[in-house]
Amino acid sequence: MSDTPKPEEILSRSHTPPKTGWMDTPINIRPGMYCYASNPKSVDYVGLPYPRQWNPMEDDWNLPENWKEIIFEGMRDRLDRFRSFKVFMDICVRCGACADKCHFFIGTGDPKNMPVLRAELIRSVYRNDFTRFGKIFGKMAGARPMTLDVLKEWWYYLFQCTECRRCSVFCPYGIDTAEITIIGRELLNLLGLNIDWIATPVANCYRTGNHLGIQPHAYKDMIDFFCEDIEEITGVLPKPSLNRKGAEILFITPSGDVFADPGTYTAMGYLILFDFLEKKYGLDITWSTYASEGGNFGFFTSHETMKRLNAKMYAEAKRLGVKWILGGECGHMWRVINQYMDTMNGPADHLEVPVSPITGTRFENAASTRMVHITEFLSDLIYHDKLDLDPSRNDHLKVTFHDSCNPARGMGLLDEPRYVIQSVCKNFYEMPSNTIREQTFCCGSGAGLNAGEDMELRLSGGLPRANAVRHVHEKHGVNMLACICAIDRAVLPPLMEYWVPEVDVTGICEMVGNALNLPGQKKRTTDLRSEDLPGMEEEEDADE
Amino acid sequence: MNRHYMFSLIAVLLLFLIAYVGVAAVGLEVLFGIIIPYAAIVVFTVGFIYRIVGWARSPVPFRIPTTCGQQKSLPIFKQAKIDNPSTKGNVVIRMILEIVLFRSLFRNTKVKVKEGGKLFYGYELWLWLFALAFHYAFATVLVRHLRFFTEPVPQWLQLLENVDSFMQIGLPGVFLSGVVLLAAVTLLFLRRVLLPQIRYISLANDYFPLVLIFGIAFTGILMRYFIKVDVVGAKELAYGLVSFHPTIPEGIGAVFYVHVFFVSVLLAYFPFSKLMHLGGIFMSPTRNLPTNTREVRHVNPWSYPVKVHTYEEYEDEFREKMVEAELPVDKELPPEPEEPEADETSEEKE
Repeated sequence: MSDTPKPEEILSRSHTPPKTGWMDTPINIRPGMYCYASNPKSVDYVGLPYPRQWNPMEDDWNLPENWKEIIFEGMRDRLDRFRSFKVFMDICVRCGACADKCHFFIGTGDPKNMPVLRAELIRSVYRNDFTRFGKIFGKMAGARPMTLDVLKEWWYYLFQCTECRRCSVFCPYGIDTAEITIIGRELLNLLGLNIDWIATPVANCYRTGNHLGIQPHAYKDMIDFFCEDIEEITGVLPKPSLNRKGAEILFITPSGDVFADPGTYTAMGYLILFDFLEKKYGLDITWSTYASEGGNFGFFTSHETMKRLNAKMYAEAKRLGVKWILGGECGHMWRVINQYMDTMNGPADHLEVPVSPITGTRFENAASTRMVHITEFLSDLIYHDKLDLDPSRNDHLKVTFHDSCNPARGMGLLDEPRYVIQSVCKNFYEMPSNTIREQTFCCGSGAGLNAGEDMELRLSGGLPRANAVRHVHEKHGVNMLACICAIDRAVLPPLMEYWVPEVDVTGICEMVGNALNLPGQKKRTTDLRSEDLPGMEEEEDADE
Repeated sequence: MNRHYMFSLIAVLLLFLIAYVGVAAVGLEVLFGIIIPYAAIVVFTVGFIYRIVGWARSPVPFRIPTTCGQQKSLPIFKQAKIDNPSTKGNVVIRMILEIVLFRSLFRNTKVKVKEGGKLFYGYELWLWLFALAFHYAFATVLVRHLRFFTEPVPQWLQLLENVDSFMQIGLPGVFLSGVVLLAAVTLLFLRRVLLPQIRYISLANDYFPLVLIFGIAFTGILMRYFIKVDVVGAKELAYGLVSFHPTIPEGIGAVFYVHVFFVSVLLAYFPFSKLMHLGGIFMSPTRNLPTNTREVRHVNPWSYPVKVHTYEEYEDEFREKMVEAELPVDKELPPEPEEPEADETSEEKE
């Protein structure tokens, strides 16, 4: 952290490329900009190839002897299996529309972080190995042979992409760098070249059901702990159930929500909501320690790993005999659920089309996948006036909303969270239009890059997001950044601390939890963070 | 980086010389007027189909459209039906807008760092404008050339020509499309040469087609307004090609053969180059699929079973801790050494 550059340094970085062409500019792997190599034990645990000790800073990466052949065969295989990959390798015209759409390019000024060049790193090898033109004209046609330096470049820059898809919104052909990065990382994983911040959560998730490696009894402890906190704050002790067979709904949320602040307050929000709905309307819902992870770091490893980790959701829903699944606030989790889960692990014939037991609303948009987003569920409840809300407990907050990349560009969940926020808090301000909704900027730490050792990369990549927050902070006095993603809740606090220290971070359900009146509650004088609610306290004093 | 566009300039100059000298000095009219055009058309057609089939043979395992607006969820939220299309009909509209109006490019912004360290994203529509002008001018020029391949010339074509030359500058009337094409191609070229970021990402394969198309437009305009080649002869040759009775009329002039040669090179180059975006845009999985991924299941043709960590394995590892934490389990703990009593006590407790 001590080597982290000052904000002014990051802001003044030039976007003018160097004199030497990109193929002739050697790679410089720099501390602060990369994540540590995968722990061989984690790679081995899930049976991925070539688990070994290696260090990106060393010349020798201990690659298998035939590594070039493995990459070549891996590429060929994926060109045959993914039309996306094949088309995206062929049709880019290098118009440059994507160049300054990438938060990493804006923040680092490194031309290889322009989405087009990130893709060209792979395309150049594709042209050399798979196209006649590349074979004949070589470098002039933008082709180059695979070498160790090229491989290192792949690794370095594919782990400087958060798969946020912002570039694909602007590309006239819809070329999606996320897709290229996903397949590129898949190729690197054939050689055991993952980062540990992904590999170890994957192994944890495989074994314990969640990325953080929380074992079932500890998971229950954490939930119990939240319930005690809720009792202290509201006077009501929720009694959630875990692994309960025969429940109507299974609830799955990222494990980050039960692990660290401020995600834990979001978890408390869920508990308050479910307790309210249970007491008032008889909601029948269970959590699971086996499917205790909504997120999926397998998504950042390979399609196969994604499928292996995702399988738990339907398997657990089937075992418990629930009717449908409700999903918590998480970003990439929802891209996986929305665009991959049903294809990978469906059809979910053991489930039913989700129907809200409280309003009777049928979620037709989830008719096949049978999983509903918590803000869809909440919006429906709020619209039908089923919640007893007192938004004044959020009066001290001036809120803006960060659209997480995956729900925005891999789903289109844009109005639901806004509707919920505005129902529980009266002060809501949007960031500038080119930085929200489908044009939202990434937190800079997605796709498994939320480690500690790559802080400079994260703070650079988070610049455009933080800059927009600073704008609304200065203009409207915004002091709270709301988001619907567990990674956001983990990484935005340090980003805000660095760029806009006056702004804090919250999940949506935390605000719902603050506003929701529980039957039989005591006078609420603090929020879920156990911080005094301005105004509420005085009243109490006056009463006394 | 200069070598990339220098290479393209030199390549096109060489092509010019080859055709010009070939016809003017060596008298290879048959080669440049008949054999090469035929060959180019064959390469283009076969190559184009080959590439499309090549893409089509790779399946679409997952439905991954980029959603650029509000999804279809509850009736209270207005769905962005074009940018987040959940029906095939709306996908068609999305695709038409992409292909006809370059809708995604229209979103283009440019980042600027303003004083006080504020980032600002302004709309940047030059690229969209140049691209649109270029493609439409090219298309119009192409259609106009049907006059050389049809007998009699259809009336709608005459109408198009009238519209295209409505400005009525000089005689023969100046076709706007040709001028716009030349201007747009020049601007697109200059953009690549002058903007540092774009120059950095540009390859010879980006400059070459621009220079070549410049050459095509330039020779075309040269023939129509300045050299005034024998149009009747040109049509005779062109019509001969499409009616499979190829002939070489006398005295059309070498520049005509250069023009035809440039077009032939472009046609032959097309399927092997980025120009295939013409076909590829129709096949881009982030744009051409409906976003109703939770509503209708998408099937992956190569899906295969994978190794998973089952609940049974999970419970086997953690059963003791789960029982201790009073979490429900599927299989009870193995009985303690003093079996019967232990069993009874645990039942009693429950």
